[in-house]
Amino acid sequence: MTILTNKADKIDRLAELTQSSETVAGSSLWREAFRRMRSSKMAIIGAAIIAAFVLVAIVGPMLAPHGPTAQNWRSEVFPNQGKFVGMRGENWFGLDHLGRDMFSRWLVGARQTLLVGVVSMLIGLIVGALVGVLSGAAATLGGKVGRRVDTVIMRFTDIMLSLPSLLLAVSIAAVLGQSLTTVMIAVGVVQIPIFARLLRGSMLVQGGADYVLAAKAVGIRRKRIVLTQILPNSLSPVIVQATLSLATAIIEAAALSYLGLGNPDPAVPEWGVMLSQAQRFFDNEPMMAAYPAIGIIITALGFTLLGESMREALDPKLRG
Amino acid sequence: MSLLELDDVKVHFPVKKGLFFDRTVGHVYAVDGVSLSIEAGQTYGLVGESGCGKTTLGRAVLRLNDITDGGVVFDGTDLAKLPGEEMRAFRRRLQMVFQDPLGSLNPRQNIESILSEGMAAHGIGKDQTERREKIKAILAKVGLPSNALSRYPHEFSGGQRQRIGIARALVLEPDVIICDEPVSALDVSVQAQVINLLEELQESLGLTYLVIAHDLAVVRHISDVIGVMYLGGLVEEAPSDALYAGPRHPYTKALMSAVPVPDPEVEDRRERILLHGDLPSPANPPTGCRFHTRCPWVQETKCATERPPLLDTGDGHKVACHFTAEIEAGTVKQTLATGIEAVTGTETVAAEAVETAEGETPAGKPAAAGAPAEEPATVPAQADADATEQTEGSPKA
Repeated sequence: MTILTNKADKIDRLAELTQSSETVAGSSLWREAFRRMRSSKMAIIGAAIIAAFVLVAIVGPMLAPHGPTAQNWRSEVFPNQGKFVGMRGENWFGLDHLGRDMFSRWLVGARQTLLVGVVSMLIGLIVGALVGVLSGAAATLGGKVGRRVDTVIMRFTDIMLSLPSLLLAVSIAAVLGQSLTTVMIAVGVVQIPIFARLLRGSMLVQGGADYVLAAKAVGIRRKRIVLTQILPNSLSPVIVQATLSLATAIIEAAALSYLGLGNPDPAVPEWGVMLSQAQRFFDNEPMMAAYPAIGIIITALGFTLLGESMREALDPKLRG
Repeated sequence: MSLLELDDVKVHFPVKKGLFFDRTVGHVYAVDGVSLSIEAGQTYGLVGESGCGKTTLGRAVLRLNDITDGGVVFDGTDLAKLPGEEMRAFRRRLQMVFQDPLGSLNPRQNIESILSEGMAAHGIGKDQTERREKIKAILAKVGLPSNALSRYPHEFSGGQRQRIGIARALVLEPDVIICDEPVSALDVSVQAQVINLLEELQESLGLTYLVIAHDLAVVRHISDVIGVMYLGGLVEEAPSDALYAGPRHPYTKALMSAVPVPDPEVEDRRERILLHGDLPSPANPPTGCRFHTRCPWVQETKCATERPPLLDTGDGHKVACHFTAEIEAGTVKQTLATGIEAVTGTETVAAEAVETAEGETPAGKPAAAGAPAEEPATVPAQADADATEQTEGSPKA
């Protein structure tokens, strides 16, 4: 008995000792991931590219020296004869086939491209995440009925996944008609099954973890287990995928525009549309295609770099 | 009336196959008919090798696994048949400490959130401030600083994490705590701390424990009553001291003989029972006595055909063996004679070691003799096992 009390005393004293270093703020995993990202070159380059892109998208149209649709130099360009105007002091990126200022069009187009990328990614992320949570929660905690619900949902997403993404997008665009909204919806819908499957798979892994069992043993309600235990731990692959899919969305939107299913309104230039217009004159004036193409490539690279470094930062195995 | 009573509990996991529709092709008999009772304030130790179903049994008590059949009567209520919401309410009184201290704590919640969530779920404490005060008191009790509240599981050491796991159980003021391998993932130096903490808490809070472990020393230290599990069933149950002093079931004898004695002289000469073969698959358990395929005393009658019940042989010492008394009295022969001939194995090696070590200090002997001792023992055991299987088989054929 005295031994026990001695031990208790020792523990108390130890507790007091450690208590002296009061106000030790714990660092959550999110905070640690952020700290790791700050020290990663890849993340910084990616973030810098994205920041530059967003800046261009926001202030670009205001800085544009000329109207993006004004055919001010129509008389100087003769596409039929292969006569184009390249870079010059007045028009930094030269003129397009209708005599419009390419630089102004490029700046204004950045905003459209960002809009298409973000909105379609959000459509895919939100709808996909909802489907994924439903399916994942049903599979992990729903018992027999839940597993059946999960199977039905997953077979449905499998069907969506098995269709080639561009074909799916083209069909949606064909049904809804030509507009910018159509492009966003079409590109977004293609992303839905990817997000749904990813989140569901991640939740399934976490659902089998000991801490979920512990939460069940403590008596926490199932809805709360999903929301506070399983979901926060399943999100990191989805966040990474969201970043990466911004790049894909921009490229897919460009592809749709290139195929002529994009925004038909000539008043709003978009990099994909510009690329598709430049195609006809590629032999005579390749630079006309190069500007929007370089814009798309660099932006996609920025998002990919950030996404990849986020994947590394959020990987719990690299914690430390 | 005991606080927790298990009555013929069975947990069978269906084995499913099928391309489109799941078809049950068999069952894994993880727990197959276990009855035991735990008195209030007592510590019941459950031992057995990996895969014998002790963890499954522990989880079945809390209904973390579905119970196929049988009853879990806690304080007069049969938990096995309770509907979900009522069971959830009962979980406040039955708590669990897990084996993997890090894996059982949500990595994205800080300690305060981990500990208060269960309290909130059961409506303990009016608001977060009240809960925080209670959590601070419990943290002090398990020897953690109160500044731990805002920190996250990965910022603690293994022993501290297990203390958090214990604190999580304690904040709900449970009656029974099921400790599933509470110290096996910890350093040996920390194991003692956690075990002692558990004992202190039992004393001050009047807790009842069901301790599941494979470490015989740990179980002996902490338990009042010990149950030995083999392949989904209890083979022996006795008060701690009685079990260690005189194991009666052949499996328990083999298990106990694996505990090293901290005396080189005794350690060299003592009887070491080595079993041949591996634990049979719980998906296809042997008929009759589950242990008959490996038992050194297996008899031609009964063993392979009749499952022995767990019977009291006096002083609360319960054994599930048809031939307990005969083995004690020495009236039945050991059929797998060399299976137990680890004795000869040990002794010959020990004798050789004595010969070679003559003139040297005997201190280096146990280490030298200990390792090769197991090698020669298993070989004749295997050979003889084949021989007995043939002789066993002949009367049937």
